[in-house]
Amino acid sequence: MVYLVIKELANIAENVIIVTQSLSKDVNQKSDVIYRANAIRVLCKITDSSMLQGIERFLKQAIVDKNPSVSSAALVSALHLFSGNKEAVKRWANEVQEAINSKGMITQYHALGLMYQIRQHDRMAVIKLVQNYSRGALRSPLAHCMLIRYACKIMDEEDPSQRSFYDVLEGWLRHKHDMVVYEAARAICNLKDVTAKELFPAVSALQLMLVNHKPTLRFAAIRTLNKLAMTHPTAVFPCNLDMENLITDPNRSIATFAITTLLKTGNEASVDRLMKQITGFMSEISDEFKVIVIDAIRSLCLKFPAKQSLMLNFLSNVLRDEGGYEYKRAIVEAIFDIIHHIPESKEFALSHLCEFIEDCEFTKLAVRILHLLGAEGPKTATPSKYIRYIYNRVILENATVRAAAVSALTRFAIELEDLRERIQVLLTRCLDDAEDEVRDRATFSLKVLADEELRSQYRKNDYTFSWAALERNLVNYLNDERAHERPFDISTTPIITKAEEVAEKSRAKAAAQEMVAPVLKAPTAAAGGAGTRGAAPATGGDAQAGYAAAMERVPQLAVLGNLFKSSKPVELTESETEYVVTCVKHVFPEHLVFQFDAKNTLNDSLLENLHIVTSIESTDDEDASQLIQELALPIPKLAYDVPATAYIVLRRPGGVTPTATFSNVMKFIVKDCDPATGEADEEGFEDEYELEDMDVSMADYVLPSYIVDFKRSWEEIGGDNEIVETYALTNSASIKAATTQIIDALGMQAIESSSNVPDRATTHTLLLAGIFIGGVPVVARCRMAFEPSSGVTMELSVRSPDALVGQKMANAIS
Amino acid sequence: MGRPTTTSLYTTKAIIILDSEGKRLHAKYYTNDYPTAADQRKIEKTLFDKTKKMNSDIIMIDSQVTLYKNSIDTFIYLIGAADENELILSNLLSSIYEALMLLLGSVEKRTILEQYDVTVLAIDEAIDQGIILDNDPQQIASRVTKKSEGDNIPLSEQSLAQAFRTAQEQLAKSLLK
Repeated sequence: MVYLVIKELANIAENVIIVTQSLSKDVNQKSDVIYRANAIRVLCKITDSSMLQGIERFLKQAIVDKNPSVSSAALVSALHLFSGNKEAVKRWANEVQEAINSKGMITQYHALGLMYQIRQHDRMAVIKLVQNYSRGALRSPLAHCMLIRYACKIMDEEDPSQRSFYDVLEGWLRHKHDMVVYEAARAICNLKDVTAKELFPAVSALQLMLVNHKPTLRFAAIRTLNKLAMTHPTAVFPCNLDMENLITDPNRSIATFAITTLLKTGNEASVDRLMKQITGFMSEISDEFKVIVIDAIRSLCLKFPAKQSLMLNFLSNVLRDEGGYEYKRAIVEAIFDIIHHIPESKEFALSHLCEFIEDCEFTKLAVRILHLLGAEGPKTATPSKYIRYIYNRVILENATVRAAAVSALTRFAIELEDLRERIQVLLTRCLDDAEDEVRDRATFSLKVLADEELRSQYRKNDYTFSWAALERNLVNYLNDERAHERPFDISTTPIITKAEEVAEKSRAKAAAQEMVAPVLKAPTAAAGGAGTRGAAPATGGDAQAGYAAAMERVPQLAVLGNLFKSSKPVELTESETEYVVTCVKHVFPEHLVFQFDAKNTLNDSLLENLHIVTSIESTDDEDASQLIQELALPIPKLAYDVPATAYIVLRRPGGVTPTATFSNVMKFIVKDCDPATGEADEEGFEDEYELEDMDVSMADYVLPSYIVDFKRSWEEIGGDNEIVETYALTNSASIKAATTQIIDALGMQAIESSSNVPDRATTHTLLLAGIFIGGVPVVARCRMAFEPSSGVTMELSVRSPDALVGQKMANAIS
Repeated sequence: MGRPTTTSLYTTKAIIILDSEGKRLHAKYYTNDYPTAADQRKIEKTLFDKTKKMNSDIIMIDSQVTLYKNSIDTFIYLIGAADENELILSNLLSSIYEALMLLLGSVEKRTILEQYDVTVLAIDEAIDQGIILDNDPQQIASRVTKKSEGDNIPLSEQSLAQAFRTAQEQLAKSLLK
């Protein structure tokens, strides 16, 4: 007990020497095992690196102690110490090695863990470790689990074709302990590019677990299968029957996983049956699970458009049930998406939504639905029936909803001649509303309606403010006391077209989805409903927004206009050199900006006036000569471990899109400094540091964009500007590798999951879509064939309204 | 995604024991995910609300795997990272539970409070700052009992130990009120 107390106090105690003394005595006591084990743990907890040397000898002895618990205590303590004192612990490797062979099961586990920590950067050593102990020298199941993880780590790094440890993993599937079986099965499921054959034994092991009586086992198995179903639905298919039984499982988490997995693996025929089962099941689970189920249904619906009426019926039924805001929002968004992607469902879905807003307690949702009605309603066959619903809102709801309803009515009136007069009457009534906003909107609408020219302007108005920028500007305005004397200047906010807004949103959404990848979402296509304003999705993962905000703060960069695309960071140095530099390429309407993020990893030096000299190394594009360096922002001071950023701005006259390879040299003044205080010497000397070359390719000028119906977009653009090129990709080993290369080279989005290539495919068609800078859409179709003798042969056809853009894209592959 | 990146031995994030009204009997957090007492209360409350109705052993909370076990009027929770092997955690939880059974006779609110020292020691013997120290209930139990019987403790230290124990019990009681 005393030990426990000391441990708790350890963080606050300053004078530990006395305690250490007495603890050391305990460690040496011959008699009692318990004392020694505990004393070691406490000792390591309170000690610091300076005193470690004093006790090092004890610890080494303890690690090889005959008693497993003493040895374990020492090993665990060493693990804790490892984060702070790598060097010291590394010296104990021999003792640890010996401890792995100890007779205590748990000691083996700890020793193995520590051994790995010590050797983890030495690949060969880890491989040896796994090879040695995979032959059954270990008895602890926990140690086996760790071993499996190490094996996975190794296989992660090597080529999918080798898989040196796959057989070992497979052997573990027959281990007598569930824990090990599961770990091995899970490891196999998580392997990169796993083939159906490799998966088979793992899936059947998991299938056995599905019918186990322990909920934990069932949960573990179904969770892994669920994840697997996202990438390899067919592999999970044999388990469908077992999973259907799990839907009625008393543990709701298991049931939810079962449902969502089934939704992913199901084929069109089984959908009906499933939906029926889900309906019974929905009322029993909590809101967050319902949201997950709704998401799964949404993606299913997009997959099987034929089933949309069934799904919509289901969605509208659940919409009427009890539920919180998040749940309702998920349903409404699902319906929005369905409307957006499957035009045939529009009328049906809209009428469901109309019924929903008849009694909807959530203002936000009502407003969004009204807006959608305004946008989509006039295009339907019988628009007049929606008017009643909307006008009901004007009578019955609160001010926000009333205002939205007035706007929706206006849209109807503008689009439809024959309804206009009747709506004008309704709007006139709104002029007496109690709320300013509603009256204002009604007045505005009437004014617009009365004038033919204004009407057509209103209809064509395709521009909106960039919401992110507007928000930023408004926040700046509010925070700046002095600015309040002047009115807010809206003209500083960039204006974008609605199409761009939609593109922006879908990207944000895609990014947000990647963030939540561990959660259960299938990678659905997710272009938000057109113009669903007011509910910009959280863009936490959107790196580009972060870059844009950072550059906005630099006055020289803020004038460049709207950021079109930011590339992923490119490393220009090895990650373990003295200076680490990464580069992000940003494309602006008329500029190209390189953002160099530099970090100094030497704690005894300080860099000053660091600037980066960029020059064109090689290019085969004559446009490149037009690039003019306009500006270079150096880093005034780069201290140890504090990252800083330098910018280079290149002008692209007339928006040319050159591709080139750039060489970069970092020039700076280096000064020695005291590692402890960070104080620098007066004297410094100039130095330079060669960075790796960097490519600017066509992909940097293309935004990946999602389109629903590739065929339609393909036909719409038409064959007039089609460019067809044929390439032989001799250095691609498979279609799969070629696909990844092409997507990288073009920077476009693969459509209809055409980026998923079966492993041994000999032919494949890849569909791509993107938006070229300037807002020009590009679609590409890429037909590939694979011959073992000649590699991959590919025919690339690019269509774009702008022939030049198409030509550029077609040439981007080399 | 989801790939088991955790090659360290730090497997557990927290262990919590709650009573039948969701009040804390004992809680130990090994990571900084819930730094303040308020955060901890919050997660305990969600845990309790989610689990009091069903007895189904496992649940995902805040994208962490949580194993739990209901025993008479107490709930024992064990929280681990989302990609942790559920079976390792389940194994650990049942060892702790069995160890407590061996030590206390029955795991319920009364016995835990009466022998709070034993409970705390048992948990300490099973998990050390997030690393599984031992998963053999017999071992855990034997080590705890040897010490609290105090055969070999010198007189001066024994009284000190008792003083600490009473102090901690007092503290625990005042916290629980």
